[in-house]
Amino acid sequence: MPPLDLNAVAFGALALLTLGSAGGVAFSSNIIYSTIALLGTFMGIAGMYVQLSADFLAATQVLVYVGGTLTLILFAVMLTARIEDIRTSNSAMNRGVAGALVAIVLLGLGKIAAFTEWPSQARPQMPATARLGHAFLGDYALPFEIGSIVLLAAMIGAVVIARRAVRRDWETH
Amino acid sequence: MQPIGLVHYLTVGAVLFGLGMFTVMTRRNAVGILLGVELILNAAALNFVAFEHFVTGGVAGQVFTVFIIILAASEAAIGLAIVLQVYRGYRSIAADRLTDLKN
Repeated sequence: MPPLDLNAVAFGALALLTLGSAGGVAFSSNIIYSTIALLGTFMGIAGMYVQLSADFLAATQVLVYVGGTLTLILFAVMLTARIEDIRTSNSAMNRGVAGALVAIVLLGLGKIAAFTEWPSQARPQMPATARLGHAFLGDYALPFEIGSIVLLAAMIGAVVIARRAVRRDWETH
Repeated sequence: MQPIGLVHYLTVGAVLFGLGMFTVMTRRNAVGILLGVELILNAAALNFVAFEHFVTGGVAGQVFTVFIIILAASEAAIGLAIVLQVYRGYRSIAADRLTDLKN
């Protein structure tokens, strides 16, 4: 019996966590369960980033997605889902058509991934944060600054859009 | 059994993308559609990092993944603001009931 490959075991566990939670997002009929299942997907992807020697990205994934985006989505769910029909708050339709289309796309992707000769090689795992910092302040300085402007514009835009400009009559009582 | 390589990560990314696409196409709840978009963006980011680690080297794949995370955060903020405003107007966020522009 060959020695147990810890890397493979960790990858299998992370893949199971990621895809199982993604299945929950796709198939659960309760929007709150779907949102919580997204947490497992984000954590699994963060673990895979660690395995791919992208430690900074793993930390960013946890901080931004789990701490920011997921909380925002949960707020939106709580503010919009009606409590009385929460059990079927995430109903689905056209499952057959969607399943067929997804199967076609996956077959195409699998054909490309399996039959293309990628010049891939196994690299040793090494920390990437310092290299990433040099890249952001060197070659990628302009896209980095534009990214911060995009974030500022999105923040102002979200505040302006979500503002209570007109009070509907059902909001007064 | 072969060691964990590029194909394994591509498989996970492809299945994640398929599930995200399925979610976007089947959900009636607008927030559910946004969850599917997050799945698709994560699959793309995972592919970027996997290709960088196994094929190209360097740091460009991680840089693009950071931009994907930035855009996903902006998209979630704007999208949820729009969803809140739609709910305020229609008292519902079922995507197939927003048919004011039809006909």
